[in-house]
Amino acid sequence: MESMHSFLFWVIAGLTGLCAIATVVTDNIVRAATWLLFTLGGVSGIFFLLGADLVGAIQLLVYVGGTLVLVIFGVMLTAQSPFLNMKTSSAEWAISIAVGIMLLTFLCFAVFSIKGKFGPADAQHPVAQDVRRGDAADSDAATSTSTMQIGQAFLGVENGPPRGDGKRVHYLLPFEIVSIHLLVVLIGAAYLARAKKRRETML
Amino acid sequence: MSGAILLEHYLVLGALLFVCGAVCMATKRNAIGVLIGVELVLNGAGVNFVAFSHFNPAFRLEGMIFALFVIVLAAGEAAVALAIVLNFYNNHTTVDVDSAEELKG
Repeated sequence: MESMHSFLFWVIAGLTGLCAIATVVTDNIVRAATWLLFTLGGVSGIFFLLGADLVGAIQLLVYVGGTLVLVIFGVMLTAQSPFLNMKTSSAEWAISIAVGIMLLTFLCFAVFSIKGKFGPADAQHPVAQDVRRGDAADSDAATSTSTMQIGQAFLGVENGPPRGDGKRVHYLLPFEIVSIHLLVVLIGAAYLARAKKRRETML
Repeated sequence: MSGAILLEHYLVLGALLFVCGAVCMATKRNAIGVLIGVELVLNGAGVNFVAFSHFNPAFRLEGMIFALFVIVLAAGEAAVALAIVLNFYNNHTTVDVDSAEELKG
């Protein structure tokens, strides 16, 4: 089970990283969108591997099914031949890759310097105590969160069991803010992208 | 290829996606390429959220909920950004971000 998990992680993470790098290095915008498709699919595979079934499914539905279709529509609507292959100068490539490698080194240094903060070694830390208490984190039954729990946390209803510290999580206000945000986005995008009928009179 | 997969492995994958997105935003001259870079950055953040929710029971619900918020807000951001790109294309007949310089001081 453990070796299967690590094997799947290395396969999916390797494919996802390669596709992400290919998204960056290609000059053709259509190919970049296609590599982005495989990257998003790989990230949803990572979510499934982490036991977040709902997040992986939403990733597939919203990102691969919705956002990527939007991007491809944008590519098709603006696909004039000079814009399909826009070359970046090699000096800009050199600077960007140098900055990117420095940023990646810094982030990896930060990742490996937090080692032990989230493990049972640091017993004084309240988070570490919580980790130790919920020691069944390795079993799949404990890590898989049902969709009902996530929905109850969104709506703030009192049916679910309380957390370790007795508090309940409520995300009703961010949920409402996101709803209003999506409404504003819908109206704004429709307003911005509509055909301008009065453009002659303005000019 | 064996050995336990720890939190650090997932965080390094998230960092790689983040850096790829940042480099993509910096190098692409097509406005839609910049948008693709933003999507990569947000996916790196989502991988980090879900990894913390898996490896830390105190964040089990929070990580997934914030990953869902990230996905929904990325969808809204993509819609508005593409509307802006199409409007820019209608007005300037180009999608080169270097030519968007009217607001330059």
